[in-house]
Amino acid sequence: MNLDFTPEQEAFRAELRAFLEQNLPERLSDKVRSGQRLAKEDYEEWHAILNGRGWLAGNWPKGHGGAGWDAVERHIFEEETTAAGAPRIVPFGLAMLGPVLQKFGSKEQQEHWLPRILDGTDWWCQGYSEPGAGSDLASVKTTAVREGDHYIVNGQKTWTTLGQYADMIFCLVRTSKEGKPQEGISFLLIDMTSPGIEVRPIVLLDGEPEVNEVFFDNVKVPVENLVGEENKGWTYAKYLLTHERTNIAGVGFANAGLENLKRIARLEQSRGRPLIEDPLFAARIAEVEIALMAMATTNLRVVSAAAAGQAPGAESSMLKVKGTVIRQEINALTREAVGPYAMPFAHETLEAGSNAEPVGPDYALPATAQYFNNRKLSIYGGSNEVQRTIIAKTILEL
Amino acid sequence: MNFDLTEERQMLQDGLRRYLVQAANPQSRAAAVEAEAAVDPELWGGLAEMGVIGALFTEEQGGFGGAGFDLAVVFEELGRAGAVTPLLEVVLAGGLLAQAGDAHADLLGEVIAGTRALAYAHGEPASRYDLSRVETTARREGDDYVIDGRKAVVVGGAQADMLVLSARTSGERDDAGGISLFAVPADSAGLQWRDYPLADGGRAAELVIDGLRAGSGSLLGAEGGAHDAIEYAQARGTAALCAEALGLMEAARALTADYLRTRKQFGQPIGKFQALQHRMADMLIEIEQARSAVINLCGRLQLSRREREINVSATKQLVGRVARHVTEEAIQMHGGIGMTEEYELAHLARRLTMTDHRLGDSTYHLGRFVALGAVA
Repeated sequence: MNLDFTPEQEAFRAELRAFLEQNLPERLSDKVRSGQRLAKEDYEEWHAILNGRGWLAGNWPKGHGGAGWDAVERHIFEEETTAAGAPRIVPFGLAMLGPVLQKFGSKEQQEHWLPRILDGTDWWCQGYSEPGAGSDLASVKTTAVREGDHYIVNGQKTWTTLGQYADMIFCLVRTSKEGKPQEGISFLLIDMTSPGIEVRPIVLLDGEPEVNEVFFDNVKVPVENLVGEENKGWTYAKYLLTHERTNIAGVGFANAGLENLKRIARLEQSRGRPLIEDPLFAARIAEVEIALMAMATTNLRVVSAAAAGQAPGAESSMLKVKGTVIRQEINALTREAVGPYAMPFAHETLEAGSNAEPVGPDYALPATAQYFNNRKLSIYGGSNEVQRTIIAKTILEL
Repeated sequence: MNFDLTEERQMLQDGLRRYLVQAANPQSRAAAVEAEAAVDPELWGGLAEMGVIGALFTEEQGGFGGAGFDLAVVFEELGRAGAVTPLLEVVLAGGLLAQAGDAHADLLGEVIAGTRALAYAHGEPASRYDLSRVETTARREGDDYVIDGRKAVVVGGAQADMLVLSARTSGERDDAGGISLFAVPADSAGLQWRDYPLADGGRAAELVIDGLRAGSGSLLGAEGGAHDAIEYAQARGTAALCAEALGLMEAARALTADYLRTRKQFGQPIGKFQALQHRMADMLIEIEQARSAVINLCGRLQLSRREREINVSATKQLVGRVARHVTEEAIQMHGGIGMTEEYELAHLARRLTMTDHRLGDSTYHLGRFVALGAVA
C-alpha cells in the first residue's frame, strides 16, 4: 500500500503543468471556468496545441501517433488539464473510434483515418442510439443493405452529440435479421455530407442544441467503410464502450466543480455572512467533498490496477454510478448557491462570443444550464440503472 | 502508487482469516457473554500467539508493524469474522503507553504478549465525543496524585488489569491544555465499577473515581500535555474501528448476497428481482467507498496534524453513514429472518450500528470536518 505517485509520475505532472501554463490560451480557460459554451473552433484550437506536443491521443500507442500513456499517466493528464481549465478533449474520434480502428480496422483504414483524427481533418460523431435503442443498444434498426460496392443505409440515429459539427459518423447498422439481435450488427463509417443525410438539432433542458437526430434516406456508403467483418459490429461496439468508460468517474471535473462551488459560496452572502459559513450549507458541501475524497481513491485503485494490466470490468460501473451522482450533487449545490440569480435563462449570454450584458454575477450565469445539462451524466454511457444491473450480475452473481 | 498488500501483510491477512474462521464463532461469542467476560480467553490467547497484538506496534515499541495498513488488515479481518475482542482498547490505551516512551515498556510488552488487559478510560458522562472535555481532576499531594471524577462506557474496564486514565491537572473544563494521563491498576482502591453488557457484545463499565492515589511514576508523558497524544491515539483508533466496520460490512454483504441467491419467492430466487439487485449494487458501491475512506485514513496517519484529522473526520463520517445504509439494507433485503437474534446478521447489525457511537458519530464528524477548515 502506497498512496504516493512515483518520482517519474510527479516529474510528468510537473512537465504537464509547465506545458499548460505556457500553451493553454487564457481565452479558452476563461471560457471553461466561466461556463461559457465552447465553439467548434475552440475545441479544434486546443486539439491542435496538444497534437503539436504529441499529447492529443494519450490512450493511443506511439506507433499510431499517440502518447502511449498508461492509465496512471492518463489520470494525471486528466487531473492537471481539468484543474487548469483546459477544454475537454472531444472523445468521439480520439477516445472511441481510434481504439476500434487500431484493434479491428484494416491497415488501409488505419492509415487513412487515424492521422485525420489527430490533425482535425475529420470531426467524428457517434451513431449508436436510436429512438428505439437506448440502453438496449442491440435493438438498432437502421439498416445497411449491400448493393455492389456500396451499402444503402436507411434509418435514424439520435442523441448524436455535436453532430452539427461532424464530418463523419461511425454507426451501428443492421446488416442481418438472422439469429440474436447482437449477431446482425455491423460497424460502418459514414460521410456526413453524403446525399440523403439530414441532421436536425434537439434543444435540451438547458436551451442548447448539444445533440441531434440524424436521418438516413438511401445513403450510399462505400463497402471499404465497413470496419472489420460484417455482422461482427457488436464486438467492436462493446470494445468501444470499455474505452468510453475510462475516466468515467470524472474526478477531475468533480474537483473543478467543487472548487467553483466553494468560490461561489465564499462570494455569496446569506444572513450577512459568506454562504460558506452557513453551517447547514457548509455541511452539505462537506458531505459531497467527503464522498469525493473516497471516490477519488476508488478511481485510483481502478486506475492503478489498469496500469498493472488488469482489464477494468464492473468496477467501472461502480465508478460511473458514484462519479455521476457526486457531480450531479455538486451541480445542484452550485445552482442553489447562486440563489435567485439561478432564475434568468442565460441561454443567449452563454453563447460563445456573446456581447449580451449578463444579469447578476458572472458566476451565476451557467449554474442552471450546467445543472440541467449534467442530468445527462446518469443517463448516457449506459444509464446508472444499467450499470447497477451489470454490478448485480457480474460482481454479485445474482 | 500501489494498492496491493505487502507480502507480510498478505500473510498476516491469510493466517488471521484462517484462524478466525474456526476460533471466532457464534458459540465462543455466546460463551464469553455467558461468562461476563470481555473476550473469549482462548481467542485472545490465540491472537496474541499469532502476533496479532504485536502487529499493532512498531519494532521500537516491541511489535513488528504499527503502520496504518497493519491496523487495517487486522481489524478488517476481526470485523469479517464478527469477533468480539478488546483489541481496539489496545490500540487506544496501548498506543498511549507506547507514545509515553520507555518508562512503560515492560507493561506494553505484557500487553503485546496478551497477558495483561488494558482499558481506555477517557470519556465521561457529559463529554459525549469532545476530546478535551475532562472534568475528572488530579491534584498533587506529595509524590502522589489524588484523582476524583467519573468515566463513562469504559469498554472492558471491569475486566482489565490496567487502565489508561485521563484527568485534568490544570485548566478549565474544555481546555486542550491541562489534561494528564495515568496508568493505574484497575483494582486500585478508590475505583468503583459498575459493569454491564454492551449491545454489540463485550462489556463496559461506568467508573466512579473517589480519592484514587496514583504515584508520579504512573504519569504518562508530561503533566498537562496529554491532549495531542490522545488525539493521535484516537486517530489510530478511528482507523482501526473503521477497518473493523469495513470487515463487518463485507460479512453483511456476503450474507445478504447468499440469501438473495437461495431464498425463493414467487417461484424464483429473490435475487432475480431487479428491485433487490439494484439495492444490492448500491450497497456494494457504498462499501467500496468505505474501503477507499479507510485507505485514505490509514495512509495519512503520519501526515501533519491538520491533514490527518481532516481524514479522521472524513473517514469516520463516511463509514458511519455507509454502515447504517448497509445494516438497514441488509436487514430489509433479508426480510423477517434478518430481524431474528439467532441469525448471524443480527450480530453484524448491532456491531455496525454501535460503530457510530464510538469516537464520534457521522454528524459529529461532519461538523468537525467543517470546523477543521476543510470546506472553507
